Amino acid sequence: MLGTFEYFVDQAINGITLGAIYGLIAIGYTLVYGIVGMINFAHGEIFMIGAFVSIIAFLTLGFLGLTWVPLALLLVLVATMLLTAVYGWALERFAYRPLRRSPRLAALITAIGMSIFLQNYVQLLQGARNKPLQQVIGGGFEIMREGDYVVTLSYLQIFILLLTVVLMAVFTLVIGRTALGREQRACEQDRDMASLLGVNVDRTISLTFVMGAVLASVAGLVFLLNYGVIDFYIGFLAGIKAFTAAVLGGIGSVPGAMLGGLLIGLIEALWSGYFTVEYKDVAAFSILVLVLIFRPTGLLGTPDVEKV
Amino acid sequence: MLEATGVETFYGNIQALRGVDVSIRRGEIVALIGANGAGKSTLLMTICGNPRAASGRIVFESRDIASLPTHEIARLGIAQVPEGRRIFPRMTVLENLQMGATVAEEACYEEDVERVFELFPVLRERQRQRGGTLSGGEQQMLAIARALMSRPRLLLLDEPSLGLAPRLVARIFETIGEINERQDVTIFLVEQNAHHALRLAHRAYVMANGAILLTGTGRELLDNDEVRAAYLEGGAGKTDVERGGDV
Ligand SMILES: Nc1ncnc2c1ncn2[C@@H]1O[C@H](COP(=O)(O)OP(=O)(O)O)[C@@H](O)[C@H]1O
Ligand SMILES: [Mg+2]
Repeated sequence: MLGTFEYFVDQAINGITLGAIYGLIAIGYTLVYGIVGMINFAHGEIFMIGAFVSIIAFLTLGFLGLTWVPLALLLVLVATMLLTAVYGWALERFAYRPLRRSPRLAALITAIGMSIFLQNYVQLLQGARNKPLQQVIGGGFEIMREGDYVVTLSYLQIFILLLTVVLMAVFTLVIGRTALGREQRACEQDRDMASLLGVNVDRTISLTFVMGAVLASVAGLVFLLNYGVIDFYIGFLAGIKAFTAAVLGGIGSVPGAMLGGLLIGLIEALWSGYFTVEYKDVAAFSILVLVLIFRPTGLLGTPDVEKV
Repeated sequence: MLEATGVETFYGNIQALRGVDVSIRRGEIVALIGANGAGKSTLLMTICGNPRAASGRIVFESRDIASLPTHEIARLGIAQVPEGRRIFPRMTVLENLQMGATVAEEACYEEDVERVFELFPVLRERQRQRGGTLSGGEQQMLAIARALMSRPRLLLLDEPSLGLAPRLVARIFETIGEINERQDVTIFLVEQNAHHALRLAHRAYVMANGAILLTGTGRELLDNDEVRAAYLEGGAGKTDVERGGDV
């Protein structure tokens, strides 16, 4: 079984699903780094909050008797995007903005502090125990078979991939084609010049945090649906992996974050499938180290040679 | 149109402007000359609110703008081509122009792009090229074009001729005159290239050590011996004028 193509496909599907989660979170790291030049270490916690808002929304809807899955999913998606966006906005507005002109170290320490704060905040409100959720999307269809070994593509995985692809396409369009995206890129390249041209820099930065939080909230929802159980600590490891993905792809590059997420997810799944589950995290980080040695700007990052 | 009185600006503890008074009337080209480090760029940036004036008043069309945020000052119709051009290097020429139109009516966009392309035809050819790949002269044209995209009523230009070949310098100054006349844009022009600037300008100010030393028509300053000695013959060395000698 281990050597078959079917087994490989099975692991690859798992890896792509995992990669979707990392990719969605990684975009938030990369957007924020691009525009304010800081690593928002509390971003993993925003993802965790997205998962918690999702589970609370599911349980509330179940309590209200709403059982039609497509509608429930839609409502939960909207709820987690909106509420998590508020957290992302507040994080920037109250924790980071006052420090914008301070040394980088101050912002970095604040980000780590906010990460710890948000973990404890959720732990206090929701308790430290695991929160399970019944399966929401079940079933799937068989895509290949080798003797007894059946490779299935579940409806959940299809949902996750579709949702991720659509979201990434929408965000790519927003950043590449709309006035808002242009203003974000302008702030990224020369914030003072952007404001001379009439761009409200504070508002643009706020919106960037909101965009990152929205994507992370979807990752939280996807994580919840995929694993069926969450706790207040899930943001830590997922955050580090997604950050790794962002650096691997080239921090500041949105396509890079997507690619990095996908690669980290695949490496992790294939490593667990073929070698040992224990060292899957080490595998992902080792690849990062290797890439950074040979290509310090990441896979799709551009060195700032043009900056005059 | 613009009335600055007693403007003082600090960078930390360093005082860069020491009570500057400047007045610009609608339709004028006003030049500001002075040696390196005199505070010319600081004055232009202070008018745009970055850095903010620590004291003094800056009134634009009978409204005190000294405490407005920079992006709102842009909305009132003041555009600046700052020192060093500040083109967005990883955006195309067209995107740079779109950024210039941030505060403009969307309906005017096509017409305005067409107008700046007529003013600087080379930008039309380069419209899909990244800003960072343009030559110095092209970047300067793009910076001016970008500022014009907002349909400003007052245009602040910080050393538009810096680093350009003499032939291009003449071209840029000619264009500045054209913009002023044909498009009814009032211009406040900072220049090291005092000769060109004073010939073009209706009026001018001479600045040294963060304060205005002299003012007069372009002609008067061109004929002024101290100005000639300090800024026209042999460049921008320190002279009596700057040490505060009476003129
Ligand atoms: N960002 C800054 N931080 C600290 N000091 C500055 C800054 N910009 C300019 N200065 C100082 O302010 C003074 C005026 O500079 P500036 O306005 O750039 O002069 P100019 O444009 O006439 O050459 C100079 O002494 C300069 O060193
Ligand atoms: Mg200057």
